Amino acid sequence: MGFLHRHRGFVPYLLLGPGLGFLALFFVVPTYYLANTSLQEGSAEVGYVFTWAWDNYGDAIATYDEHLIRSLLYAGVATVVALAVSYPLAYWIAFHGGRWKSVLLLIVIAPFFVTYLIRTLAWQSILADDSVVVEVLRAIGVLGDGERLLATSTAVVAGITYNFLPFMALPLYASLEQIDGRLIEAAEDLYASRFQAFLRVTLPLSLPGVFAGTLLTFIPAAGDFVNAELLGTPREAMIGNVIQSKFLVITDYGQAAALSFVLMAAILVLVALYSRTLGTERLTG
Amino acid sequence: MTRPLTRRDLLERAALGGAALTLPGFLAACGGDGIEAEGTTEATTTAVARELAETLRFSNWPLYIDIDEETKKRPTLDQFTEQTGVEVQYIEDVNDNDEWFGKNRAALSQGQGIDRDLTVLTDWMAGRMVRLGYTQKLDRSAIPNASNLVEALASPGFDPNRDYSMPWQSGMTGIGYDPRRTGGPVTSLSQLLDDPKLKGKVTFLTEMPDTMGLMLQLDGSDPVKVDTAAFDKAIDRLQAAVDSGQIRQFTGNDYSGLLARGDVWACVAWSGDMVQLQLDNPQLEFVIPDEGGMIWTDNMLIPTGGDVFTASTFMNFVYDPKIAAQIAAYVNYISPVEGAKEEAEKLDPELAANQLIFPDEDTLTKVKIFDAEAADDTELKEKFQAVVGA
Repeated sequence: MGFLHRHRGFVPYLLLGPGLGFLALFFVVPTYYLANTSLQEGSAEVGYVFTWAWDNYGDAIATYDEHLIRSLLYAGVATVVALAVSYPLAYWIAFHGGRWKSVLLLIVIAPFFVTYLIRTLAWQSILADDSVVVEVLRAIGVLGDGERLLATSTAVVAGITYNFLPFMALPLYASLEQIDGRLIEAAEDLYASRFQAFLRVTLPLSLPGVFAGTLLTFIPAAGDFVNAELLGTPREAMIGNVIQSKFLVITDYGQAAALSFVLMAAILVLVALYSRTLGTERLTG
Repeated sequence: MTRPLTRRDLLERAALGGAALTLPGFLAACGGDGIEAEGTTEATTTAVARELAETLRFSNWPLYIDIDEETKKRPTLDQFTEQTGVEVQYIEDVNDNDEWFGKNRAALSQGQGIDRDLTVLTDWMAGRMVRLGYTQKLDRSAIPNASNLVEALASPGFDPNRDYSMPWQSGMTGIGYDPRRTGGPVTSLSQLLDDPKLKGKVTFLTEMPDTMGLMLQLDGSDPVKVDTAAFDKAIDRLQAAVDSGQIRQFTGNDYSGLLARGDVWACVAWSGDMVQLQLDNPQLEFVIPDEGGMIWTDNMLIPTGGDVFTASTFMNFVYDPKIAAQIAAYVNYISPVEGAKEEAEKLDPELAANQLIFPDEDTLTKVKIFDAEAADDTELKEKFQAVVGA
């Protein structure tokens, strides 16, 4: 204790220690290896050699630009839909949930008690060509006679939305829950309509939740491959499917790693643009 | 389960029969100590130990050997231990050829062992292992039963004399369909690709040798020795069927759920899966397409560092037709062992009559083995993956 007492300045760094250690071990080191791999040439048969193979990047982007754009598009749509569904949900739980709050939250995260793969496979049955859902949609004319839901882009986006919805709902709830109800009362006292009060008090105060939720949804969704594989067709393949096949089927580790970096970079750029538009300074106060 | 004889019944009967197994005397006489092998071969320069090891470390795919569901014991392996004294350390750790290779390449390329005496890999990967010198020559003198190997599998391109490999089980690739939905038989690949009735109700396999083996035969090309121009043409044809929406998806084993549920009406399917599916969905049919089907084999290999004599002795054991029948009855794939059908007949005539487990000569002339080198060719794989969508 004597040392810590004399050097109080160290304490914050000591507290950071475990977190930094974790990041170093599970983020920095793997990222280094991935970066290294992305510049390697070779094959499973002869092994891989580091050659500064920048071609991996050029080839990857040129060949799979379509998959990359599709991934960002699907992830974007899924994020917007998840936000549209989650916001009213989180709002209602936060302000009107009362003593049922914890139960309702539990229901939101209940799907997480079943593994990701099983949940997605369950959607195969729900959206199956002869399923109740599809029959109903056919009966009311939303789907034509020969049309289907399973193995379409709609199914893929719906699957992604469903699978990542709790990541959107929980941060939204957390930020809405913290809002001081007296602020809304004050707004209404000052002759704001309920809608204006929402628009000028509740919504801005919940933006940190929107920001966190969109990132937590969009980032994993962009790299997802399970939904496209199980609920889509080859025409819905996402960049995650390509990376998976490059790593495990073609065993072109160099290009697979390069594609992973391209995806990471694309997401970083989009997130940077997004946070500038939304203004993180304003969010963090 | 509509079969009069259940798998468990069969296993029980097989176990009873096991007592009367007639293996070469040296196996029966063995009490766990090392024994001398009988028979002589030309002296090889590398000395092979002629003593059985204490354990046989055997890597195989999941669900690929008979098991008693209740006791979790594996009758075939127990019988082997009983007769030779060799304990079998059975490890179900082969899930994917590439993944397996990725895990073991580093050690093998440095000439190190991988703690396995026996491993089971599909034709093209077996070919790669042999080509790279990562396997050891079998001790044929310890495998007199090798003469039971069926003619059709005796001489694959990657190992023409079966010096390095022995088939474990084979399977056929053809068309699986549900006649109640298709409203009639689907017997040709061209029907699968063109019939407007089947649009969006067709799946193909993600395994390149299976799908492309059929596609190549559509044009009358030979999948045994793949020609790049013919391959490209077949790829274009496949791409067209994807673009038109005729082909709904490319799948692994998961087509079985889709077919049973009716999302898929006809698909490229594996014979072993169809046997399983027919238990619950007896209406399903499996046919070898008019244009020709495929046969593939998973092969037993002795990786570098493995105990050649012990592994060879085990190969000999499973090439006894009785043992082979016992395994085939459980895994429902095609036994490569001549005489297994006759043995199976004694146990269950219906099983022996199943063309998917014991195909006759006629069926076997309609199926081909895919070019092992082409199956391992990065360029061809990439072209195929581009169609599959990744």
